[in-house]
Amino acid sequence: MWRNRGMGLASVTSISAVLMILGVVLILVLSINNAVLDTKLKFDEIEVFLDDDLSSEALDNIEESVKANPGVISIIFRSKEQALEIMKDDWAEEGYLLDGLEENPLPDSYIIKVNDIVLADKLVNNIKALDGIEEVKYYKDVIDKLLIFAGYIQFAGIVIIGILVFVSIFIISNTIKVAVSSRRREINIMKYVGATNGYIRGPFIMEGVMFGFLGAIISIGLVYYGYDYFYKSMNAKLYALFTFYLVDPKIIFIDIAIIFLTIGAGIGALGSMISLKRFLNV
Amino acid sequence: MTNIAKEYRNGVIALYDINMEIHKGEFVFLVGSSGAGKSTLIKLILKEEGITRGKLFLDGMDITRVPNRRIPYIRRKVGVVFQDFRLLPNKTVYENVAFAMEIIGARPREIRRRVPTILSMVNLSKKASSFPDQLSGGEQQRVSIARSIVNNPPVLIADEPTGNLDPDTAAEIMKVLMDINNRGTTIIMATHAKEIVNTMKKRVIALDSGRMVRDEEKGGYSVEISDI
Repeated sequence: MWRNRGMGLASVTSISAVLMILGVVLILVLSINNAVLDTKLKFDEIEVFLDDDLSSEALDNIEESVKANPGVISIIFRSKEQALEIMKDDWAEEGYLLDGLEENPLPDSYIIKVNDIVLADKLVNNIKALDGIEEVKYYKDVIDKLLIFAGYIQFAGIVIIGILVFVSIFIISNTIKVAVSSRRREINIMKYVGATNGYIRGPFIMEGVMFGFLGAIISIGLVYYGYDYFYKSMNAKLYALFTFYLVDPKIIFIDIAIIFLTIGAGIGALGSMISLKRFLNV
Repeated sequence: MTNIAKEYRNGVIALYDINMEIHKGEFVFLVGSSGAGKSTLIKLILKEEGITRGKLFLDGMDITRVPNRRIPYIRRKVGVVFQDFRLLPNKTVYENVAFAMEIIGARPREIRRRVPTILSMVNLSKKASSFPDQLSGGEQQRVSIARSIVNNPPVLIADEPTGNLDPDTAAEIMKVLMDINNRGTTIIMATHAKEIVNTMKKRVIALDSGRMVRDEEKGGYSVEISDI
């Protein structure tokens, strides 16, 4: 392993680089997922505006129908008066303008909470089919956009990682190739004496896996401490809105470590096997 | 052991319709000028090259077509000695021989027992801890012979084992090979060394341009000489 230090270093570096980028992408995706989850919670309301002057039977009827749908957590009636109050609060200083209204233009409404916004589409369609509904408003668009964004990030991450994995497998296989050819004589003799391919391959695959592990350990350290530092400094500067969605480094450390070690070892083993395949052909 | 061989090579045809049967315990010289097909024949027996047509049997087993993963096990039945010794320079004599046993997964106890026996058979007991570059050519070749027979193969193939050695040393190597042969190992030796072939009076198989031109018991290197 120490005979071709340069190439070994290149292999370890390339694996750490791959894993580091993987780490960044992973953290990004996790954070976006966090944001999506949070948005889902915040925007899990569906507002159903009702026609004016519905009878109480009609209201009960709507309420019962809505409750019959899956995923509905609660349904709250908001009268037009309550709606106006809320509007006044929202308008704050300009709220007095609303006092001048002779008639409250706002409709009565139901505020429906669902446990998953994904279910909202169906629910909304069902509600629209009911009598006495003026309009249904919900925030699926926002969620959809976030999900699409998260999807893009994931996709880009996978593509980048894929390319880098390929590159590092190539580098590893070259490193092992150098190691193999420097021991060609020995391998040749081993073959004549009747060593099985597995026996010959073993040490080289171990070497590749060692490179992988080494790269993984380095990148685990860098990603963890780097991210921890970033996380803390973000928190310290109170970019609360931003950090709110970041995952706590401590939570993901073990997962990152396992993922990195597995991928690192996998890249190493695969790289060696590729370079050995050619040499071991009888 | 019965060796019925019949080989063909295509493309560049290196061997045509070779038929031979080498019996257990025989000592056979394979002679012919460079390019006659001696090396190809050896490569076929070692499964280094595939056989185009015909059948090749080793130790009663058809080895004409074997899956790659079986090849190592066939090679364990055939010891090989090369002209250039092919020893590992960073291992001692003992380690070079032990290496061959380690590879096939022999137990350490067995290795410790067997290697010294083999080394004394080739008169190298005193050199066990020397490195190859501290040895003479003849000694290196004896190490290589020791390595080739340490796993008790039924067949030993020697490809120009005396090619790099002076006549006296060559004679010494031949003596070692004879000893091994006398213990029942079949030996197939490819060589250019006329004197050796002529002195030994063993079976001679001559190849010329890929054809088997002669197969004689107690033959000489060339027809002229053996006719005299």
